[in-house]
Amino acid sequence: MGSGPKILSQWHKLLQNNNDNPTIIDIKHLSYAIKKEEILKDINLEVKQKDFLVIIGPNGGGKSTLLKLILGIYPSKSGTISIHYADATNKLDIIGYVPQNTNINLNFPIKVIEVVMMGFASKKTFFGYAKEDLDLANKLLEQVGMQKYAHQKIGSLSGGQRQRVMIARALFAHPKILILDEPTSSIDVEGQAKIYDLLQELNKEITIIVVSHDLSVILNYATKVAHINKKLSFHDMSSFESSFDTQKEHICEVELLEMLGKIK
Amino acid sequence: MIEALSYEFIQNALIAGILVSFISGIIGSLIVANRMVFLVGGVAHAAYGGIGLALFTGIPLFLGTSLFAVLAALFMAYITIKERDKTDIFIGLIWAVGMAIGIILVDLTPGYNVDLMSYLFGSILAVDHEDLYFMAALFVLILFVLAFWYKDILAVSYDSEYAAIRGINVKLFFTIILILSALSVVVAIKVVGLILVIALLTIPIYIAQYLCSTLYSMMFVSGFVATLFTLVGLWLSYTYDLTSGACIILVAALSLLFFMLWQKRS
Ligand SMILES: Nc1ncnc2c1ncn2[C@@H]1O[C@H](COP(=O)(O)OP(=O)(O)OP(=O)(O)O)[C@@H](O)[C@H]1O
Ligand SMILES: [Mg+2]
Repeated sequence: MGSGPKILSQWHKLLQNNNDNPTIIDIKHLSYAIKKEEILKDINLEVKQKDFLVIIGPNGGGKSTLLKLILGIYPSKSGTISIHYADATNKLDIIGYVPQNTNINLNFPIKVIEVVMMGFASKKTFFGYAKEDLDLANKLLEQVGMQKYAHQKIGSLSGGQRQRVMIARALFAHPKILILDEPTSSIDVEGQAKIYDLLQELNKEITIIVVSHDLSVILNYATKVAHINKKLSFHDMSSFESSFDTQKEHICEVELLEMLGKIK
Repeated sequence: MIEALSYEFIQNALIAGILVSFISGIIGSLIVANRMVFLVGGVAHAAYGGIGLALFTGIPLFLGTSLFAVLAALFMAYITIKERDKTDIFIGLIWAVGMAIGIILVDLTPGYNVDLMSYLFGSILAVDHEDLYFMAALFVLILFVLAFWYKDILAVSYDSEYAAIRGINVKLFFTIILILSALSVVVAIKVVGLILVIALLTIPIYIAQYLCSTLYSMMFVSGFVATLFTLVGLWLSYTYDLTSGACIILVAALSLLFFMLWQKRS
């Protein structure tokens, strides 16, 4: 009979664990097709609050599509996507997003700092911006190394510089979940490391979901990896640890997943 | 020249010219930034149906054109939201069908032959007080909408996908932009004519684009540049007894040419 309290305490521990790291996004049996062409098939994915989830997969595998379904940019027709966050009135309010394509509207008359503050304000003002918003925007631009460009037109920046600005924009709205679609694909090595370190720091409090083809991102930052090619396969990085030789640079994602025992 | 200012119709023309120039500068900036020039061109032509309707039924001209232009704008907003890839086809459709309806209705109106020229080039010297009130009201409405929702409109215009994620009602603001554009087109047609509408909505903005890095400065500079064109055009028209709308167009086009040459050199 001595096992009673033990079971109880284990159960208690489990509960605590769950309270510590509750599920924030729960996707069940999600499928998606465009014009009868099946793009995603029966996706099941549970993301915990403190996850740093890296999504990998071939071009056209459906990574961006999955993110846009989560964001509600595409309507989900079959399956469910639930977002659980205690005080979220509108579930999208808690999500920050960096799109894959940052080359939209390059002729548009808008300054970098306005892009960062776009769509979110700490309080309502006429025409101008509140001081705390300007301060935060400047701080974020500094964190992504773009403070010098705050008052330039967005279209005058390079591709990598624009990606940095979009990352600052995603952070501006105080998101609880940050979804980034290949956010550093045109950013130089030094800048990438800086940005991922920043994301890791943020990950102490918020959930990070990032699409990346970069192996070092997976090895250094991910707590979970999902491989998407129409279907989803999944790996928890906690059992993987850093026993892996990072110097061997030419290993591709698929090999990695083979090693993880997820693909035959 | 100075004694001309004592005539009431000249005063009205000047006030109308300035109001319409600023309206065009502000709304034109939005139209160009949203890449809707062709769409608004369609709405402007469709508004001719409203002129036919007004003559045929005897309702005031402003009411008829506003009705047609706003309906065309709502229809285009619906199409753009629902069937984005088909917008071009429907712009062509409202463009032609609106004009055809207008022409048939004018044909059917007994005894009255509308002056197509005044529709194309406007009749700024025939502006009356009622027209001025309508323009002033529209100007105030536009300023009001911008004062309250400038940032939302900016977000929707620059990146509607991200704006939606931030909880901004993209469809609503897109429709508001189109309705304001339609009403602006209506006042501009009355004053400076259909052809000049398109010119006024684009030429000053094209110049301002090079000088400004924010939307609101572009609105202001475009309005100022448009006012300059209108005043110089009106002065030429009065001095040499030429059609006012055509004078304003030529002043604007020549200025654009010089601006581009100056741009090339510097
Ligand atoms: N608007 C569309 N119309 C038709 N097919 C589309 C559309 N958008 C995406 N697809 C298809 O959906 C599939 C998945 O596209 P998606 O952009 O999600 O891939 P991805 O994994 O993000 O690829 P990449 O690594 O190139 O970014 C592709 O086969 C693509 O052809
Ligand atoms: Mg993609």
